[in-house]
Amino acid sequence: MSCGCDKGREKGAEINRRDFLRSGAAVATATLAPGVTLIAFGGSEAQARADAGKRWGLLIDVNRCDPDCDACVRACQTENGWKDDGNPSTDAQWIRKVTLKHKATGREVSMPVMCQHCEEPPCVDVCPTGASFKRADGIVLVDKHICIGCRYCMMACPFKARSFVHEPLVNQSENAPRGMGTVESCTLCVHRVDAGGTPACVEACAATGKGAIIFGDLKDPDSEISKRLADYPSVALRPDLELNPGVRYSNI
Amino acid sequence: MGRILLMLTLAFGWVGPGLTEERSSLWPEIPKATGDPHPEGNAYWRKYHPDMLRHDRDLTMHQGDRQVQASLKACFDCHAAKDQAGQVVTYADERHFCRTCHDYAAVKVDCFMCHRSTPEGVDETAVEHAGLDGRARRIAAWLEETTGTDREGSR
Repeated sequence: MSCGCDKGREKGAEINRRDFLRSGAAVATATLAPGVTLIAFGGSEAQARADAGKRWGLLIDVNRCDPDCDACVRACQTENGWKDDGNPSTDAQWIRKVTLKHKATGREVSMPVMCQHCEEPPCVDVCPTGASFKRADGIVLVDKHICIGCRYCMMACPFKARSFVHEPLVNQSENAPRGMGTVESCTLCVHRVDAGGTPACVEACAATGKGAIIFGDLKDPDSEISKRLADYPSVALRPDLELNPGVRYSNI
Repeated sequence: MGRILLMLTLAFGWVGPGLTEERSSLWPEIPKATGDPHPEGNAYWRKYHPDMLRHDRDLTMHQGDRQVQASLKACFDCHAAKDQAGQVVTYADERHFCRTCHDYAAVKVDCFMCHRSTPEGVDETAVEHAGLDGRARRIAAWLEETTGTDREGSR
């Protein structure tokens, strides 16, 4: 069946091919070892935003996180339009405050936990449709156009970072479309990041004066987050899984 | 899908301004838009808007390119239909810009299961409850009127 939509698709595909060919002009090769060559294609204009040369991450200083403060959670709710409806078993939860207690010493710490934006995300591995994906710049997202709501990713995530929308919704944020039958999680405020901004939780935390969350490019050695990671000890949650999360914690 | 697009094209493409008098009563009442007209012309947009939106959504989502030509939220800058009271209507109302044609062509779009169907700032819960579209409510009202009982009472 031929119709306008197929033609439109071809048009789109052709632009991609052209972009690809154009980008092919800037092929860089590097020899890693004798006989092993790394070929990197220069990005097209369309890929300028989700830049593979960057990896966005967060560093959360647990010492600075106040157990009674939930400014980051509130900011996320406002920014992305989710809220508690009084049903803890089904409510959306993009970010939550978690309290950890050391069994031996009794030391208690409070910290926010959200999608850890893993380098090797298990949610992406298990997704049967390709809806759960990692962008070139390391942000892990759900493409709700493709998500079928099977919730495999929710089971695969060791951080319980994902939620499922059970009921019809209205009043979504313009920046964070979300709807019944799809899985959702922290997007690292991708709409802000693409515009050169920082996530809402980071801004809110800084506004309280605590500044417990730092956002930045982990691949840039001169970024504040990279310098802090280089200077002070930090941990990934569940390091045993070797997922290399983009979200790091210090002083746990 | 092809047949529907063809139907839409025939319906909108062939009726010139001179023929408006002869339109059938089934003709959709397309809400008047604000702002400048599309430079490509309405016929182009009527035919290609699904492709433009679909292509740009992938660019936005996967590649982070937000300088796209066609975005759903930009539609409502000009195409936010209002009711008699001047309140912006949601997709649950059949006067919504998208629904006027899509209802006519019997095409159900699911964009608004996730995307908001009004400009940011409009309280959609105040306007209409999701899932209860205008037609369902009218049928319920008609049933109530004709049978004299509401649906809850007849159970």
